Amino acid sequence: MNPGRSLKKAVIEQHSCVACGCCVKVCPRKAIEILGGIMARVNWEQCVGCGKCMKECPASVITIQEVC
Amino acid sequence: MKKKWYDFLWIASLIYLVLGFVNILFAWFGLLCFLIPLIISIAKGTKGYCNRYCGRGQLFSILGGRFGLSRKKDIPRWMKSKVFRYGFLVFFLIMFFQMLWNTYLVFAGVQDLKQGITLLWTFKLPWHWAYHGTLMHSGVAQFAFGFYSIMLTSTILGLITMVLFKPRSWCVYCPMGTMTQFICKIKNGKHIDQKSPVPTFRQS
Ligand code: SF4
Ligand code: SF4
Ligand code: SF4
Repeated sequence: MNPGRSLKKAVIEQHSCVACGCCVKVCPRKAIEILGGIMARVNWEQCVGCGKCMKECPASVITIQEVC
Repeated sequence: MKKKWYDFLWIASLIYLVLGFVNILFAWFGLLCFLIPLIISIAKGTKGYCNRYCGRGQLFSILGGRFGLSRKKDIPRWMKSKVFRYGFLVFFLIMFFQMLWNTYLVFAGVQDLKQGITLLWTFKLPWHWAYHGTLMHSGVAQFAFGFYSIMLTSTILGLITMVLFKPRSWCVYCPMGTMTQFICKIKNGKHIDQKSPVPTFRQS
């Protein structure tokens, strides 16, 4: 993990994700992509754990978790 | 973030809803909201329509977000379950084909044109003010009434869940969203697992 960055990261419960892409739109770090129209994936290298995606997700399948 | 042209498609959605009150024949344009997502998912294997172009989703996020018309609570667990989402899709499709059947009956001359809208598949409302005759067959108008009923019904459901839960709660059980995700699963399902994603909920 990059030093200096928060160790809080967005974690997606992928099997319940509806791939709407709302999280992608609000992420200030462009850390989320939609894999093949099926589910979202967070790139933890980019994610700063701001929680914007968690607030937005209509299915509420994103949590911010302490990692490492 | 810089806005792109497709970030303003909510205006088109709004205009569509208004036009249905003026002249019902405009309802035909709603077919675009059915065909475009399907074409994108079948041809490209993505939910590009939902992710970018859907004006209805944008409308809900503006009303629920910027205008604060949403409680912003979590959607109940059962509403995001596969059973409910796919069940609603099947129900929606059955109702859709029933609407097509009614249109067919008018085309076939078995039934007369009914100038009305059915909301939530139950409540019949008069809508004659939006019908000024058509040069084509009256079946063309019957389809417009039926299709607009579907569009208005889904908008109402979307608004209710927008208020109760998060702004775009409709996207959790939207039949087009579920159907395009399903198509993508068929097309890409196998590839995804091989992409070795970063740690996910289950693996961490
Ligand atoms: S927590 Fe913030 S930075 Fe991380 S994915 Fe969500 S919106 Fe992007
Ligand atoms: S907002 Fe939620 S449901 Fe939609 S793609 Fe992102 S994680 Fe999935
Ligand atoms: S799920 Fe439905 S309403 Fe939401 S973005 Fe997709 S097509 Fe639009």
